[in-house]
Parts: sequence; C-alpha cells; structure tokens
Amino acid sequence: MTFDEKLEHWRSLLPYQTGLLAIVGLLTSAALTLANQATQTPIEDSLQKDLQASLAQVLPPNSFDNKLLTSTLERPAPDGKRTVYVARKADQVTGLVFEVAGKGYAGTIRIVMGIDPAGKVLGVRVLSHAETPGLGDKIDAQKSNWIESFAGKGLNNAKWAVKKDGGEFDQFAGATITPRAVVKAVHEGLQWYAQEKENIAKEGAK
Amino acid sequence: MKRYLQITRDGLWNQNVLLAQSIALCPAMAVTSSATNGLGMGLATTAVLATSNLLIALVRNWISAEVRIPVFVALIASLVTLVDMMMNAWLHDLYKVLGLFIALIVVNCAILGRAEAFASREPPLAALVDGISMGLGFTGALTLIGAIREVLGTGMLFQQAHLFFGQGAAWLEQTIIPNYGGMLLWILPPGGFLVMGMLLAGKRVLEQRTAERALRKANLRPIHCC
Repeated sequence: MTFDEKLEHWRSLLPYQTGLLAIVGLLTSAALTLANQATQTPIEDSLQKDLQASLAQVLPPNSFDNKLLTSTLERPAPDGKRTVYVARKADQVTGLVFEVAGKGYAGTIRIVMGIDPAGKVLGVRVLSHAETPGLGDKIDAQKSNWIESFAGKGLNNAKWAVKKDGGEFDQFAGATITPRAVVKAVHEGLQWYAQEKENIAKEGAK
Repeated sequence: MKRYLQITRDGLWNQNVLLAQSIALCPAMAVTSSATNGLGMGLATTAVLATSNLLIALVRNWISAEVRIPVFVALIASLVTLVDMMMNAWLHDLYKVLGLFIALIVVNCAILGRAEAFASREPPLAALVDGISMGLGFTGALTLIGAIREVLGTGMLFQQAHLFFGQGAAWLEQTIIPNYGGMLLWILPPGGFLVMGMLLAGKRVLEQRTAERALRKANLRPIHCC
C-alpha cells in the first residue's frame, strides 16, 4: 500500500478525524498565543501614541512640555468619573483636556475638548461618531473646519446653541441634530469645568 | 499554462465573486461608499484569500471530508486574526483605516467558498493563482461600485486615498464634477444596491452581445426566424 492509499484509509477513521481537529485547534491557538505575545507591547504603544496625538490636537502647538498621558487627575462628573489631562509649560498649567459625549443622530459622538485654566475653549475634536456620511459628518475636522468655530469661546462670550435655535454656531444643510448635539456637549463640558474649577486647580497644582 | 490563464479569467470575470457569483455582498455593500474604501477592502481580502487558498491546498490531503468545514473555519479565522494583530502592531497607520475591514473579512463567505470549491481539490500553485485572481476580481468590482457611488454621490473620486496608500497616492484624489451639490442616495446603502443591480444587468447584456457576435461569425448568414 502506498502512502497516499494509507492516508486515504486513515482519513475515513473517526479517531483520525478527532485527532485532526485537535491538532488544528492546538496549532492555531498556539500561533495566536505567540502572535498575541509578540504584538501586545507594540499595539499598546501605538494606542498610547494615538491618544497623545488626539489630545495634542485640541491644544495650541508648543503650549505644553509635559507628558499628557501621565499627568492626569480624576473628578466626578454626571456620567461617572472624568479623566482630565493637565497640560503644563514650565510647571505652569496651560490647558486641560477631557472627553465629553453628545447624543447624535445615530448614536454617541465622542468629543475631546481642550480649555485654558480660565475656561475658554482652546480646541475641540470629534474622536468617533456614526453620523450620516455627507451630512452630519462635517463635524469631523477632516471633512470641514466647522469644529474650529469653538476656539476662543467661553461660557460668557458666546451664545451656546446653533443659529436655528438662536445661538451663534452654524448648523449644516439637512443636519441640525448633529451640530446641536456637539454644541450641547461642549457647553456642558464648560459648565462642568466651571463647577469643578477650584478642585481641579487644587489638584492640578500638585 | 493555459489552465492558469483559464483560472485567472474565471476569477477576474467569468466567475467574479460579486458580478457573477453574487456572494460576499454584505461587506461589499458596507464598504463601497467610496472608491478608496473599495480598493482597500479588496486588497486586504486578496491577501487573505491568496494565503488561505495556499494554506488549505498544502494540507488538503490530510483533511477528512467529514470535518473539513471546521478545519477551514479554524484556519481562516486564525489567519485573519494574525493579520489583524500584526497590522495593528507594525502597520498601525494603515490599520487605523483598514482595521474595521480586516475583521469583516472573517465573515466574507467568498473565502470559505474558494477553500471549499477550489483549494481543497487543487494543487497549491493553482490554488494560489485562483486566490489572487478571485481577489483581484473582487477588488475590481468593489472599486468600480465605490467609484460610481462616490462620483454620483459627491462628485469626487478616490477621496482620502493618501490615508491608505501614502502621500504618493494623493494625486488619485480628483474632482470629477466641480461644484456638485452631492446626492446622498448614492452614498447611503440603497445606492449600493442600485449600482450593484445596474452592474449585474450590464454584465449580462455585455455577455449576451459577445455570444451573439460569436454566433454571427460562426454562420456568416444570419438566420432570420419567422
């Protein structure tokens, strides 16, 4: 009997089939385990780099010289705890970055906003959203510069609503819910900061 | 050699995954809102399809027919997960754009389909050629659907190509219809089905014409019935 004929006979045997499945399972999980170990550190590094990059987007360039990721404090917020990243230059607090969320037309819009210690917006970026492509996605900095319109605005020097509702922020043709949600989320972020300002200043001074 | 040409022709046109077999529609409809996305998804699928075909053809003699499906599923799923992890670790910028699609490839029935229909019966080289040509046929169809939807929907072509293929590909981004207001229908899911339907119909018409022409050539005098 040649090897091929033997193999054909084995293939029809139940123990062979069971063994085959076991070996395939063993080999594939071994390969995945090895790959997981090899890639874990690089993946974590790149995620950290991504976070650092998205935080840096909402702060003016050269406005800080510390590592944002390790310079954090936590304060209670309406939706649980909120992590605040503190930007410093020459040990002076120059900016605070935190994440807020808005309820958009299609699910949650995650937003990261940077403000100066006085409570004026330095920059806002949308981290993730599921708004309608071509309409609501103009909140994305890559699609339009609408999101820049927040810079320099504070609680006292702006009407926090879209123009349709008597405010000063543009809505988009065919999409009002999306910009309304972003304006509301940023506004709430500022109000939250106004409440927490003293605590944050105390903890941030450390 | 002739056989490989035939395999290539089947993959690219005759048995095109989308336009002839009409399978893998789920990822196809989801990602073809722009030509760039279609191209990216197509190339990622091609890589997985070629590797899985090759792998399965190499071990095909060891696999019992009774347990072949679980073995194929295990192999394909681990392969996709490996690609996913390695891209995330070492090609992170590309992964940020393609990451969503990589996970979608696992559920792409074209991969299991080719493993079952081709790679489990043919030698490794033929299976590799089949995987590459099926994948490129899929890529072509995806890019075409994406391009039509993008041009009709936004008036642009290959938007954000540089995110996928680097700054060298930035020239791909073109405005086809200047000052176009946009037509959302084509970007949203119904647009995908409309374009897909038109392409399927177009392919049928084209093939019918070719067949008729071949027939006319064969008997020089056209046969008039009635």
